[in-house]
Amino acid sequence: MKHIERARVISNRYIGDNICDLVMECSGIARESRAGQFVEVYPDNGKNILARPISICEINKIQGTVRLVFQIVGKGTELFSALEPGDTVRVLGPCGNGYDLVDDVEKTVLLVGGGIGIPPLLEACRELNCSKTAVLGYRSDPFLADGFADAGAKVYITTDDGSAGFKGNVVDLLKAEDIKADVIYSCGPRIMLKFLSQWAVEQGIDCYVSMEERMACGIGACVGCAIPITDGKDWTYKKVCKDGPVFDCREVVWQ
Amino acid sequence: MNTKVDICGVELKNPVMTASGTFGSGREFSELTDLNKIGAVTVKGVAAVPWKGNPAPRIAEVYGGMLNSVGLQNPGVKHFIENDIPFLRQYDTKIVVNVCGHSIDQYKDVVKELRGQDIDLLELNISCPNVDEGGMAFGTDPVMVERVVREVKKEADKPLIVKLSPNVTDITATAKAAVCGGADALSLINTLTGMKIDIHKRAPVLYRKIGGMSGPAVKPVALRMVYEVCKCVDVPVIGMGGISDGEDALEFIMAGATAIAIGTANFVDPRATANTVKGIEEYMKKYNISDINEIRGIIE
Repeated sequence: MKHIERARVISNRYIGDNICDLVMECSGIARESRAGQFVEVYPDNGKNILARPISICEINKIQGTVRLVFQIVGKGTELFSALEPGDTVRVLGPCGNGYDLVDDVEKTVLLVGGGIGIPPLLEACRELNCSKTAVLGYRSDPFLADGFADAGAKVYITTDDGSAGFKGNVVDLLKAEDIKADVIYSCGPRIMLKFLSQWAVEQGIDCYVSMEERMACGIGACVGCAIPITDGKDWTYKKVCKDGPVFDCREVVWQ
Repeated sequence: MNTKVDICGVELKNPVMTASGTFGSGREFSELTDLNKIGAVTVKGVAAVPWKGNPAPRIAEVYGGMLNSVGLQNPGVKHFIENDIPFLRQYDTKIVVNVCGHSIDQYKDVVKELRGQDIDLLELNISCPNVDEGGMAFGTDPVMVERVVREVKKEADKPLIVKLSPNVTDITATAKAAVCGGADALSLINTLTGMKIDIHKRAPVLYRKIGGMSGPAVKPVALRMVYEVCKCVDVPVIGMGGISDGEDALEFIMAGATAIAIGTANFVDPRATANTVKGIEEYMKKYNISDINEIRGIIE
């Protein structure tokens, strides 16, 4: 069940270039959230009327908090970057389906993230109780990578400029290191997800991707965030906010 | 205190409705707000067969509002009848079905399918700006408006509301034409055509370049049009366009609207409908108004 809460900011700091790390208390939402879901955060300033969908990076059900790691990309996120401890902000959530994580210690899981798509994979990493490898692609600064190591993952880093880890993209690294897995959970730029999906299908690995699209309501009513999804024969527009954001990579129409 | 209003013989417990396309068929909102508090739910546009809708991006935020270019994606009238009517009938609210089509025959097909169904009112959508055929193409020419309404009205077994486009020079001309064609009530406004350009990508934000603008920024335009239409027709008018709360709703009622609809505000606050009802009631209490109908159209 979804909640609308006035969340209280616990902490808010920069952890990278234009990357904010916001922890807020919203116990109802925290209680019901799972990895891969997102919250809708409302600017409530009169001119920016729509909520901003932000993926959940970490859930603490005991303390009733969620952690959001987001990039400043426009007016809404700029506003949230200025929130200070004690401030409150209106939040709706949890939204979307989230990752259906394997619950089998025998399995090997691969988490593949790109840029600001990396945060939701951290909660997935924390919840998985099997052998896990994280392949994290960045432009340069590898934010959040330590969190994956702390959660027990073997971590590979790639950067576009070669400033840290492997120089190149995540799929290049998967091929170079000949990494194997039973299932992949992924989030990142569409182009990365597309090439990852091709590789996963070739390798015969189940792969789940978290998609993004412009949204208005975040709950499935406005039908704004539709993307083409196929059953192999025909295609229809499905809602990223409600049917997704996580889809089986074989269902996504990638062209 | 009476908040009941009458739309063509259908009694709404209060004048607050939802605007088509902003509330689905209520299902998504039912876990966040009490549908029993809403006078009527106007559902998302229903076509004779499933419509895919437009490619994304379909949404752009603009100052004090938003643009949409959804293109009336819907699973068709049969799906609606099987799934949405039984769902909505669990609640104590009236059901208004928004009818869309690419041609007069398609509108008629939907209305025929809905004959005998357990719904309360029909709303004819001849004002959607996001489809190439039908929609606004029908709603901006008074001659065409009268013709479409007359043809569809013949098939209807429920009162017919006609939803008007604001993208005209004189909205009283299309309003009068709809009434001449047999409209039992009017609703206005649909969205205003608008545009947004991403200067970094040097491209329009919306895939279809132009979409429909809604939200608080359009309210003064909507209010002016509702006021003008209420002065020139005798049928009930449902006012909408940027209404977010009780204060906004009361402006439209004072301008002459019998009922009002909450649209984009549902995205800004999923509880906007119930809050609006509360706002109206508080105002009535404060000014000792025993019947909401007393203040309807009090602006000369």
